[in-house]
Amino acid sequence: MSALTFTYEVPGDDFTRAGEASSDVKRKLKQLGYNPEAIRKVAIAMYEGEINMVIHANGGEAKVEVDPHEIRITLSDKGPGIPDVEKAMQEGWSTAPDTIRNLGFGAGMGLPNIKKYTDELRIDTKVGEGTTLYMKVLA
Amino acid sequence: MGDIIEKSMELKTDSAEEKNTKIEERRTVSSLAAALGAQWLVEGEKDRPIETGYVCDLLSWAMARLPEGAAWLTVMGNLNAVAVCSLKDGACILLTDNAPLDENAKARAEIEGIPILRVEAGAYETALRLGAFLEERP
Repeated sequence: MSALTFTYEVPGDDFTRAGEASSDVKRKLKQLGYNPEAIRKVAIAMYEGEINMVIHANGGEAKVEVDPHEIRITLSDKGPGIPDVEKAMQEGWSTAPDTIRNLGFGAGMGLPNIKKYTDELRIDTKVGEGTTLYMKVLA
Repeated sequence: MGDIIEKSMELKTDSAEEKNTKIEERRTVSSLAAALGAQWLVEGEKDRPIETGYVCDLLSWAMARLPEGAAWLTVMGNLNAVAVCSLKDGACILLTDNAPLDENAKARAEIEGIPILRVEAGAYETALRLGAFLEERP
């Protein structure tokens, strides 16, 4: 059986729309009857990824493939890339500007949170070219 | 005295399960609102049980740690706070210090069914009252 695929454009610099894709995926997975824990993990990881793309990369693209036993999410952007992935994976490490912090983001929990809620995470990033996150959540 | 006898009889006749249900019934968003004298901004799923509380204004922090079924005490009344509460399955948002709620956040909370309450007291005082509320037994 081929996987169902959903794709979304994540708008840049528009916090009012950040989270639309993850909310939509959450709804769709519910309709498809996935277990609540898997849905929660996907929604959280994807929302964090969306927020990261809005904050750092002027938006990007989200692709979600659903199989009966796993959900794969690919988030790709053409942002500045992550110079030090190891640091970015540490809780509390953040390069978000003050305007973002005023909204309540930028606590440096994004990537650590994504790692926590996914069963697999791979980060391909190149400074000046962009970042792609591959995540997998087992259903 | 009569009251005490009545209560002890109640305890004898109620099964453990029934008692738990009664406790749950008392610990809903609605009953919390009444206990705190809070202002209703969005009703949403107002009968949802409250399991615990959580205090935090950093959304990314709350995104990592907000417990399911928690009453979330914060001053963040923006759209993203609603998204965090929805994604983490919080029971309600409880705005402290009379913090403002953005119009678009209110609209989204209505769609998502997230109850939003507001109190004048600060987070510390409100958390104490929430703690007492959760400790109460019928």
